[in-house]
Amino acid sequence: MSTTSDSSPARRAGLAEHLLGRLGSALLLLWMVVTVTFLLIHLAPGDPLSVLSPERFSPEHRERLARSLGLDRSLGEQYLVWLGNFLRGDWGTSFSLSRPVLSVITEALPATILLAFAATVIEYAVAIPVGVAAARRRGRWADRLLRFCGLALYSTPVFWLALMAILVFAYWWPLFPASHRASVGAEDLGWGARLLDQLHHLALPALVLGVASAGGTARFVRNRMIEVLAEDYIRLARAKGLSERRVVWRHGFRNALVPLVQLLGLSLPMLLNGTLVVEVVFSWPGLGQRIYQGILARDYPLILGTTVFSGALVILGNLLADFAHAAVDPRVRRG
Amino acid sequence: MAESGRSPWRSASGFGAFALVVAGLAAPLLAPHDPDRQFDPAGGQYRPPGTRLARVELADGRTLLADRVTRTASGEIRVERLGRSEELPPAQVTNATADGVGDHERFWLGTDGFSRDLLSRLLHGARVSLLVAFLAVGLSLSLGLSVGGLAALAPRPLAGGLTRLIDGFLAFPYLFLVIALAALFRPSTLLVALILGATGWMTIARLFRAELLGLAERDFVLAVRALGASPARLFFHHLLPNALSPVLVQTTLLVSQVILVEASLSFLGLGVQPPTSSWGNMIAEGRDVLTTAWWVSAFPGLALVLTAVAFNHLGDDLRDRLDPRAG
Repeated sequence: MSTTSDSSPARRAGLAEHLLGRLGSALLLLWMVVTVTFLLIHLAPGDPLSVLSPERFSPEHRERLARSLGLDRSLGEQYLVWLGNFLRGDWGTSFSLSRPVLSVITEALPATILLAFAATVIEYAVAIPVGVAAARRRGRWADRLLRFCGLALYSTPVFWLALMAILVFAYWWPLFPASHRASVGAEDLGWGARLLDQLHHLALPALVLGVASAGGTARFVRNRMIEVLAEDYIRLARAKGLSERRVVWRHGFRNALVPLVQLLGLSLPMLLNGTLVVEVVFSWPGLGQRIYQGILARDYPLILGTTVFSGALVILGNLLADFAHAAVDPRVRRG
Repeated sequence: MAESGRSPWRSASGFGAFALVVAGLAAPLLAPHDPDRQFDPAGGQYRPPGTRLARVELADGRTLLADRVTRTASGEIRVERLGRSEELPPAQVTNATADGVGDHERFWLGTDGFSRDLLSRLLHGARVSLLVAFLAVGLSLSLGLSVGGLAALAPRPLAGGLTRLIDGFLAFPYLFLVIALAALFRPSTLLVALILGATGWMTIARLFRAELLGLAERDFVLAVRALGASPARLFFHHLLPNALSPVLVQTTLLVSQVILVEASLSFLGLGVQPPTSSWGNMIAEGRDVLTTAWWVSAFPGLALVLTAVAFNHLGDDLRDRLDPRAG
């Protein structure tokens, strides 16, 4: 994929410059995201004021908002005001919660990060062994079965999988709680019991999201491993008489790991999409749940703020993946 | 993939995708019931799959769905409905027979909260989902080919800018962008297709650009250039046909992706709006009654999985046939 084209300028320019370039394009992207949001508000039916303040706001409040957005000024000036407000962290006020959007988002963020992290751990814990096993049994029935399961998972809408998981594992066979992050009254428990309670609530949403994403990732691991296992250094390792386990994991898998780190960055948008619907189904109090409440209440500042924020999150994630890539791939590191 | 050979299952995916499209188009012919008909909102509500109910036509024009209808010794019609039994004079029932009523309705996949037939709604929903998907993918394809083509062949500053643009959109959490768009512009079925089309073109653009750049370095392109072919001829006769097969594969995969995103959007209440039924909003309708009437959400979801599997598998199949290097 983009591995070669990404690393070739690095070879010429050196690592620091490469990473600075990445940082630069990340900032450019962020600016694009903010600008697109501004354009969206102006393209939407009705004037920006009707988008950014609900009818029940008092006339004085609306006037104050109009002034702070500079709606009486030219489009260019409005844009600069928007950008300025944005940089200062003034992302508007949520209609439905009557609180600054940014504080609503930062409050919801830890829950989303926890869910996304747990799901990613599960995803890779499933995908790596399965993908490697399939690659070793290439073309045999186990490979085909795993391939088909991967395809089916990849083709399953996550929100529906979440509903079915609740049906089966919370009602028919009540192993897990169906929703929320903690039980009612959990605050009174000791910290150990509280932690267990939270893990119990986290398990089902994280499993659903992790397993759903594992389908595509396992397939990626399989294809990479097949390429790697065909390399000459694997034949050499075998010829040296190393154990099969050592050949596959130390000599094979470590070389398949590099694009996997990049995949982690690239799959971040998918992961956030997944947390969104899973949070809605499980009433998990994160960003997705907030944006859903925003949709129901037609709370545009909240919806737009969450969109921009998740865009920023993805851009940051990709930047981190680039840094991680530089750390694991000596070709990038040495420049 | 060479190792899988040409098993019948592989071509089955192409057939499956085709059959789904046909089922969607022919929904009015295949559907056993009118998808919007509310037979008897009280008596036929949330009936499990396979339920067969007697249909009682009343003289005042109403229809009742009853578990059992018999004649009493005195000739009255006994209707067992909603756990009660009620006796009606024969004059009130227009379709009475010697031992009750002769008309029955079978609901193979059960009914929803308005006693509508789930199977019929599912078939008609296929139409909506596929229509939205094809419109959106058509738009994505034309956008992707234009932007990708320009990003590969245009003069430097423009090409560089477009490449950045593609990467920028690709880095965006797609669903959030679609949600923001759908929330700001009141959704209609057509608009949903437009939004999905306008946000799904990046993978195609990126792929097409990479293919074109790869081809541009090949000897045969150099030869065609040396022979003095015009840029238009070079593009339409030599570059486009060679770059198209991976694009075709990606397009097939995009169909299933768009179907799934449309479903998510409709599930969140931002996509296709009731009373138009799409699989996504049918699942949403079933969410509140998940524990008592699981079939309302389960079957539309299964239909989604089947459709997405068919198109994804078709895409894989095409890739294996068109590109011997992939594996």
